[in-house]
Amino acid sequence: MAAYRCLRCAWLLLVFISSWYVVVSGEETTQGDDRVSVADNPQIAADTAEQPSEERRWEATQVDKAVPDDAAAAAHKQDFPVPDSVLTPTPQFKDTFKEELVIRPLHSGDIYASFQFRTVWETDFTRGSKVSHYRLFPKSLGQVISKFSVQELHISFTQGYWRTMQWGQPYHPSPPGAELWVWFQDTVTDVDATWKELTNVLSGIFCASLNFIDSTNTVRPSASFKPLGIANGTDHRFLRYATLPREIVCTENLTPWKKLLPCGSKAGLAVLLKSEKLFHSSFHSQAVHIRPVCQDPQCKTMSLELRQTLNVVFDLHTSGQGKREWSLFKMFSRTLTEACPLAASSKIYIDITDNPQEEQFEVSPATPLLSQAVVLGDRRTFSVYDLTQQVTFGTVRSLNVLIRWKSTEGDMLRPLLHAERYVAGYGLQTGEIHTLMYNNHPFRSFPVLLLDSVPWYLRLYVHTLTVTSKGKDNKPSYIHYEPSKDRVRPHLLEMLVQLPPHSVTEITVQFERALLKWTEYTPDPNHGFYVGSSVISALVPSTVAINTNITEEQPLFSTFFPCKEESSYFVRVYTEPLLVNLPTPDFSMPYNVICLTCTVVAVGYGSLYNLLTRSFQIEEPNPGLAKRIANIIRKMRGVPPL
Amino acid sequence: MATAEVERRRGQLAALSIAAVVIIVGVPLWWKTTETYRAWLPVSQIRELAKLQLQLSADVEVVFTRGTVTPEQQKKVPLTKTQEEDHAVDEGTTLKYRYETKYRTATIMEEDALHKPTAAEADLALHMLSESPCGSLVIYVIPESSSLLPEDVKVYIGQRRTALLRVAAQMRTAKTFEQLLDRLQPHIIQVLRVMSFSRADITAALSDRVRFHPGSKESVADSMRAFKSSPGYEITFSLLNPDPKSHRLHWDIEGAAQTYIQPLLMKMSPVANFSIDSQTLHYAMLGVNPRYDSSRSAYMLNADSLAHVINPVEARLGSNAASSNPVLNFLLYVPDSHHSPLYIQDHHKQEVPSNAFHSPRWGGIMVYNVDSSYGPEAEFPVDININMAKVMGVFLAQLRLLLGVQSSPPPPGFLVAPCGGTGLADWELDRLMWSRSVENIATATTTITSLAQLLDQIGNIVINDNIAEQVSNAVTSLQLAVAELDAGNLGFALQFSKEAILASEKAFFDPSLLHLLYFPDDQKFAIYIPLFLPMCVPILLSLLKIASEARQKRREKQAKKD
Repeated sequence: MAAYRCLRCAWLLLVFISSWYVVVSGEETTQGDDRVSVADNPQIAADTAEQPSEERRWEATQVDKAVPDDAAAAAHKQDFPVPDSVLTPTPQFKDTFKEELVIRPLHSGDIYASFQFRTVWETDFTRGSKVSHYRLFPKSLGQVISKFSVQELHISFTQGYWRTMQWGQPYHPSPPGAELWVWFQDTVTDVDATWKELTNVLSGIFCASLNFIDSTNTVRPSASFKPLGIANGTDHRFLRYATLPREIVCTENLTPWKKLLPCGSKAGLAVLLKSEKLFHSSFHSQAVHIRPVCQDPQCKTMSLELRQTLNVVFDLHTSGQGKREWSLFKMFSRTLTEACPLAASSKIYIDITDNPQEEQFEVSPATPLLSQAVVLGDRRTFSVYDLTQQVTFGTVRSLNVLIRWKSTEGDMLRPLLHAERYVAGYGLQTGEIHTLMYNNHPFRSFPVLLLDSVPWYLRLYVHTLTVTSKGKDNKPSYIHYEPSKDRVRPHLLEMLVQLPPHSVTEITVQFERALLKWTEYTPDPNHGFYVGSSVISALVPSTVAINTNITEEQPLFSTFFPCKEESSYFVRVYTEPLLVNLPTPDFSMPYNVICLTCTVVAVGYGSLYNLLTRSFQIEEPNPGLAKRIANIIRKMRGVPPL
Repeated sequence: MATAEVERRRGQLAALSIAAVVIIVGVPLWWKTTETYRAWLPVSQIRELAKLQLQLSADVEVVFTRGTVTPEQQKKVPLTKTQEEDHAVDEGTTLKYRYETKYRTATIMEEDALHKPTAAEADLALHMLSESPCGSLVIYVIPESSSLLPEDVKVYIGQRRTALLRVAAQMRTAKTFEQLLDRLQPHIIQVLRVMSFSRADITAALSDRVRFHPGSKESVADSMRAFKSSPGYEITFSLLNPDPKSHRLHWDIEGAAQTYIQPLLMKMSPVANFSIDSQTLHYAMLGVNPRYDSSRSAYMLNADSLAHVINPVEARLGSNAASSNPVLNFLLYVPDSHHSPLYIQDHHKQEVPSNAFHSPRWGGIMVYNVDSSYGPEAEFPVDININMAKVMGVFLAQLRLLLGVQSSPPPPGFLVAPCGGTGLADWELDRLMWSRSVENIATATTTITSLAQLLDQIGNIVINDNIAEQVSNAVTSLQLAVAELDAGNLGFALQFSKEAILASEKAFFDPSLLHLLYFPDDQKFAIYIPLFLPMCVPILLSLLKIASEARQKRREKQAKKD
C-alpha cells in the first residue's frame, strides 16, 4: 500500500514538474529570466541534482592567519600555545556503548538470536537545553528527540508472528508490522500536531510508511503503556500509541537501523547483520527504544538510553538442511573477528539452562565463562563469550559458535501467559471478535491489562462485551472505553481482568462492518483489512526472586522492563492481528453507473425529443407479405389485385 | 396540407425551444458545477515586478579634517550631493545605484580621535563618538602629513563603517572646492566599491535571474562559491575517524564552536539563522586510496581525485531530520595510522599549507595528521586531543567563503583592518546584506512570476484562498523591500525580502496545487460522451434541418419575387 501511494505521489510530482517544465520552457524563448534557466547552468545543476561531485570545483583553502589567531587570542589566551596533539590528560567520555548477542536454542529445533546495542549518554535532553554535539549517539535521532520534546520513544518493525506456545516468551515482545509509542514531555502544547510531524520525520529516517499514522489509528492508552524510564508524570495526554499491522519489513528498514550504530556494520556483532540471511527466517523484529534512565541508585544524574534490538528466529527446515546443527556462519554467513572498538562490553550469551550436562546439545568452542541471570521470572544459565578478550577468538582469529543437537527430546515449560484472537461469524454484515487469554500458572491468579484498538470501520457493540472464565462471568475491575468517530478516531478498549489459575478467559465483542467510501479502500480491498494486535500487559508471579536494582551491572537482555517487586515480573504479550473482510464493491461501478444512467436518460430524452419535434402523417399501411405474393400471382394470371 | 404545415412548424418550434433550454440553462449549469475554484491573484502587480527595477541608496559622509581644506574652500561646506549610476544587467533587470554624499568638516572630538597614535585606535575612538546606521559609510579625509597610516597606504578601512582617506599631493593644488571634490571623487568611488555594493557583487547575486556570461573563470568560481541566500543554515562539523581501533580522538567541539564560530554567527544573525551541531563518524573511509610518495615519505591526495573523496562519506553524513535549511558540512578527517601522514596536493603538485579544501556550496574538509604525536612503539588505541584552534582557523576561513563574506582582494594602496574577535567587520556585513537583499528580491520575483505563469497556463489547478493570500503577502513584502532599498533602510529591506522569499516559496510549493492538476481530457470525455452525444446529436441535426429549410424557403421567396 505504502509503495503504491509513494509511487503515485512521486508520479504526480513528476507529472507536475514535467508539465511545469514544459510550460515554463515554452516561455523561455521570450523570457530568459525563468527559474528553469538555472538548469542551463552546469555548476548549479551539478549542485542541485546531486550529480557525482566530479562537477564540483574543489579549491584549496587559504587560511588568513590573522583570523584564527585573533579570535583565539581574544578568548582563549591561557590556552595558547596549545601543543599539536596532547596525549594526557584525557577527558572522560560521557557516553558508553555496549553490544550483546543472546542465542537461545528453542525446543522446536529453531534458534532464537537476539541482538542488543545500548548507548547510554549522560546528558539532559529535558528542560529545554539544546544538545547538538554527538559522539556515539546518532545525530539524526538526537535531533528528533530535542526538536519534538520526546520523553520516550519506542518503535518496532516486525515481520512474522512470535509463537509464544512453541518458543516461550521473547526478550523484546513486538506485534507484527510497525508499532510506535511515544511519551512527550509535558512542555509540549499541541501533542497531536507534534505527533503527526514526528511520525513523518521517523518515516523518513527508517524508510517506513509511518507517515500513514494519523488520528484514525492513534490511541491514548490510559493504563497499558507506562513510561519505561524515569518519568515525572504519567498523564496519558502526552502518550500516543499507533500500530500499522500491514507494514512489511525488509532491507530498506534494516539499512537505516544499522546506520544508527556507532560502528555501523563494519566491526563488532553488527557484522553478522546481513540482510540476505536475516530476512530468510521465520521471525524478524528490529526496534529502537529511547528513554531517560538513572545512572546511580539515587538518580542524581540522568542519562539518555538508546537500545537498538534485533530479534530473529531461524527455522530448522529452511536453512538447516535437515541436520540439527547451528553455527554463526550457518545462521549469518559470517563469523566474528573482533569486537566493536568503541564498545565497553561486547558479549555473546548462549542459553544452556536446559542443557546442564550437555545431554541435549553441545556447544563448541567451549567457554569457561558462565553467567546466571534472572530473565522473565526464571533463573537461566548462559555460556558467555567475551569478544573484548583476544583469547575468545583462539588461534584462528575468528569465532564461529557451533551448536549441535544430540537428542530431540525434552519439553519446554509452558509459558505462564499467552493469548490468541480470532474473528467469528459469517456474512459481511456482523461479526464477533474472540480473545482468549490462558493462565497456565497452577495455583496463582493474576490480573492482566488488555488493550484493544479497533479501527472505526468495525463498529463495536460494547453492550455485547462478555468476559468469561471457567464458564462463569468474570467482571473486569476496570474498563476504559473510548468510542470511535467515523473517519476520525478508532475504538479504544482497555480492561483490567483477573485471570484465575489454570484457566482460559474468553472475551467476546460483536461488531458491525461499515461501508467505506470508494476512495477509502486500499488498492487491494479483497485482501481484507487489518486490525492491530491486542496488547496484554501483566505482572506475572515469578518463581525466583528478581533483582530490582536496575543500576547494577547485568546482561542487557534482562534489564529492558524495569521491575519494582521481587516476586513478579512484567510481561507484554501481543495477539495475532486480525484480517477482516469488508463489503467491497466493484470498483468500475461508478463509471458503469454513469454510463447506464446516461444511456437511460438519453433513451428517454431521445423518444421525448422525437415525440415533440417529429410531425406525424397517416400513411397507407403496407400490404402484408402474403398479400403481396398473392397479388403477384394474380397479376400473372391477369386477375385484378386484391 | 395546412395541418401538416402547422404540425411541421410546431416541431420546429419545439426543437428550437429545446435547443434554447439546453444553451440557456444546461450549459451554464454544467460550466458552474465543473468549474475549478481560482482565487484572485494580483496579476498586474506581479507583471510589474517581473521587470525588476531596483534602486540601491547608500548614505555617505565625507568628513574633511583640519589641514585638508583651505579656509576659503571651507566656506562651501556643509554640502550635499547626490550621485547616480545606472547598471543595466539585462533588458528585464535594471539597477540604479545612488550615493547621497554629505560633505562636512570634522568636529573637535573627531579631530581628537584622529590624533590617536595608530589607525586602529582612531577607528575605535571614532566608533565611540557616533554609531553610523546600517548601510551608511563615513570617510574621513586626512592630510598627507598624518602619521596614522604607513607611507604607501592611501586608504585605511576600519573594522566598523569608517575609512580613512589620505589626500594625495596633487589634490593640494586644487583652487576651488569643486576642483577638490572632482579630484577626490575617483578615490571615494573606489572606497565605496570596496565597502558597499559593487557591480560584481550585485551581478553575482542576480545570477539566478540573469543568464551568466562568464567573463573569466575566476569570477565564475567566486560567484558560485557562496551558498544561496536562505533564511537559515545548518552547520555540521563531523569528525571522521576511519580507525577507531588505533586512535581514540577527543575534540572539544562544543567549546571551540562557542569560542570561534559563535561570535561570527551572532554578528550575522540579521542575515540568517544558524544552528551548529557536530557528530563523530567512525569507520568513515575516503573514496580514494592516497598514493605514497616516497620522496616525501608521506601519502598524497591529488586535487583531481578530491571529487571522489567525499561520495562514500556523504551517505553517512545524514541530513538534518528536523529542518530543511541547507547544510554546510565541515569534515575533519584523521587518517588511519597506516596512511599517515596524509597531505593534499594542489594542481601544481604543491602541498597545500592548510591541508584543507572546500567545495562550493557544500562545505570543507580538512586532513589532520596525528602520527607525529606518538612513536612507533605506542600502544593502541592512542588517546589524542585535537588542537581545536588550528582546526577552527581553517573552518572559520571556509565558513566565511561559503557564506559569501569574503570578496575580491582590495585594490593596491588599501589597508584593510583585521576583522577582530567576531571575524566580521561591520562593513563586510553591510556588503553581504546588500547582496543578500538583492538576491532575495530577485529570487522571490522569479518564483512569483513563474507561479503566476504556471497558474495562468494550466487551467486545471485550483487556487486556494490560502495560496492567494501567500502570493499577495509575497507581493506586498516585495514592494516594501524595494521601497526600503530605495530609501536606503538596509535592515528593513533585508527583513522584507526574507519575508517575501518565505511567502513565495510557500505558495509555490503548496501541495494543494497538485490536487486536480492531473485530470486528463480523455477521462473527461469518457464521462461526458454517454450523455452529451445522444443529447446533442438530435438537437444539432434538427437545427441543421431548420436552417436548411429556412434557406430553401428564402430562396423560393426570392424566386417568387423574381
